[in-house]
Amino acid sequence: MTAPATSAEAPPARSLSGPAAQLAVQLALVAAVLAGAFAVLGPEQFINALTLGSIYALIAIGYTMVYGIIELINFAHGDVFMVGTFVSLALLGTLGFTAAVHDPLLLVVLLAGDFLVTMILLGVVGVVIERTAYRPLRTAPRLAPLITAIGVSFILQNLVQGVPPYFGYGPYATNAPQIFPTDAFLRVGGTNVPVLSLLILAVALGLMITLQLFVGRTRIGRSMRSTALDRDAAALMGVNINRTIAITFFIGSALAGAAGVTYGLQYGVTRFDLGFQAGLKAFTAAVLGGIGNTIGAALGGFIIGFIEVGAAAMGQARWGPAIVFGALVVVLVFRPAGLLGQQVGERA
Amino acid sequence: MSVVQDLPTPGGARGMRTRASAFGGRHRSLSITLGMALVAAVLPVLAGVPPFSSFQPQAAWIDGFTNAGVFVLLALGLNIVVGVAGLLDLGYAAFFAIGSYAYAYAASPFGNQILGINVQAALGDAAGLVFWPMLAIGALVAALFGVLLGAPTLRLRGDYLAIVTLGFGEIVPIVFLNSDAVTNGTNGIGGIYRPYLPGFGAYSATNPWPYYITTVAVVTLVLILCYRLVESRIGRAWEAIREDELAAAANGINTVTTKLLAFALGASTAGIAGVLNTAKLTVVSPDQFTFVISFTVLAMVVLGGMGNFWGVAVGAFVIYTINNVVLKSLNQFFQSVGVPILKDIDFLQLQFLLYGLALVAMMLLRPEGLFPNSRRTRELHADVVPVEEDAEGEAAAGGAAGGAGEGGR
Repeated sequence: MTAPATSAEAPPARSLSGPAAQLAVQLALVAAVLAGAFAVLGPEQFINALTLGSIYALIAIGYTMVYGIIELINFAHGDVFMVGTFVSLALLGTLGFTAAVHDPLLLVVLLAGDFLVTMILLGVVGVVIERTAYRPLRTAPRLAPLITAIGVSFILQNLVQGVPPYFGYGPYATNAPQIFPTDAFLRVGGTNVPVLSLLILAVALGLMITLQLFVGRTRIGRSMRSTALDRDAAALMGVNINRTIAITFFIGSALAGAAGVTYGLQYGVTRFDLGFQAGLKAFTAAVLGGIGNTIGAALGGFIIGFIEVGAAAMGQARWGPAIVFGALVVVLVFRPAGLLGQQVGERA
Repeated sequence: MSVVQDLPTPGGARGMRTRASAFGGRHRSLSITLGMALVAAVLPVLAGVPPFSSFQPQAAWIDGFTNAGVFVLLALGLNIVVGVAGLLDLGYAAFFAIGSYAYAYAASPFGNQILGINVQAALGDAAGLVFWPMLAIGALVAALFGVLLGAPTLRLRGDYLAIVTLGFGEIVPIVFLNSDAVTNGTNGIGGIYRPYLPGFGAYSATNPWPYYITTVAVVTLVLILCYRLVESRIGRAWEAIREDELAAAANGINTVTTKLLAFALGASTAGIAGVLNTAKLTVVSPDQFTFVISFTVLAMVVLGGMGNFWGVAVGAFVIYTINNVVLKSLNQFFQSVGVPILKDIDFLQLQFLLYGLALVAMMLLRPEGLFPNSRRTRELHADVVPVEEDAEGEAAAGGAAGGAGEGGR
């Protein structure tokens, strides 16, 4: 079964140069953007932008995967990320950790546990959302699931906000425990690089590479790609569509959960309405890079991180969002499929 | 009357409905006016009797109805763009903002100073007269921005257009927020003149009636225009583009200008709503035009039944009233009933949670909206609605709307 499948993806004549060359071109573009940003921002702001960009990229992947497979702008995804920040802080708070942990072994165990539990919990949340709010509407008019998506977004925000004496965190900023020491630096070529930034970058890159391998090399990944390409044909080939879509939601939401953990570690504070703006920007990142493309989502996330940090560095932080959305409009007008997206034929 | 005689009329009620619908078909504008007059007369009466009068006093109801009217206008305008022409616009509040600020510039000392005019000096106590021409000018300004946004972006398809409009909807309030010198930033523009009409009651915060009547009149006018437009050549072109853009282009429709027109007309309706709303609030600030507004109006259009103007109007009215009256009154209600735990919970805090739940539930139960466009129903339930009974179903729907239905389509 493997041979025909691979030949369908890449014709034999181009099997050596095609996808590999494409990947190389895309990675080269990412490298060019990074180099350009480094030159403009200088080393310290570059690290900040890279950290912020990693978080946006992790959220953007969830958008890109869901849009790629069911063509739904999952407006609740930003709020799933927000729930991730709260799950992480609740977890650490329950275990009694509120300040930096300096024992390396304990820190590693804590971080691994925090990431794992948050990701799994958020993955389940994503699957539940898909099952209750989106699956019943899969054959409904296209706008129907969009409305429920925003309805779910309101529900998540208000569940977290809650009614303070009874449950929830209220409409206030809540401190997230920064268990990773924020004053640990690594000296690289005359610049102090925070170890936390390196950790976040490593986590983001690690998850992205794992995802890329998972989607490209495994059986489930293949069913995800075929479902995205043509749902009916995939079903005829024996792909379990419902399970595949549920797995997609699980992975996307788990990545948003990971983004939530990193956000808490980096910024140390969160609020119930964090998800809306972050989600909007992450979705912009997904579109900017080319929807359905993981490397594109990473590229878009980094670009948005650079724009925001750059605007802040110039003392114009309040114009940051306007520049982000302005850039989105310009890119879409001139290159509607996004920077790394492939121009595809119109679907009826 | 020949139409009536041609149709089978087994029951008296059905005969009445058919006749009402035939009348509505031939005298569309008149029947809309009559229907709206009837609704406008009945609502205050309902608000004055129990159980409604126990929620809040009649004046508060009238005030609420006026605000709901603004949202009805917004929903009607967005319905042209999303429901009829099939262009998903997620940043509609931007045009609402532009109309609002347009009126603020024309009718406040701060705005006049920016523009270099002085309405107060020219008109004195009658400065509110500027409201009437501004209804048209606000619509024009918003339409202009609709064209400005639409011209480069309308060649994008489907969701990409949605994202660009979403971005535009985010940018506009940010620009109004950050351009302190000309917009007064976060504080916004205050001291806006209330409308003035000689020989008509005084527009004031304590007397809701003049605003109510003005709003009803504007909604009626917009509703008539909407129906006329949709039944015209342009309206058919919009529907053709919604159903299949390539086929529409192949049949000689200039898709670019037609889509631009939909965008511009949708925006102009939001502009009118903005002028009306600002004239009532007498203050405008950037935080009034968040994504929640864009989204709520979209929810009104989808829940009302996309493409169906009276359905959308009813949907807007119902959602606004649920969200702003019923949910806000739950506190009072449970306190008066005295249920132990429920009376301690502040339902104001849960308002958006309940709103979200209501949206999800309504969507799951009726994905095509409460009052779907008859043509859409036929697409979605081709097996359920037999073709020969379809005309009858439409006639019934038209009659139920007080003659403002869409029997002709």
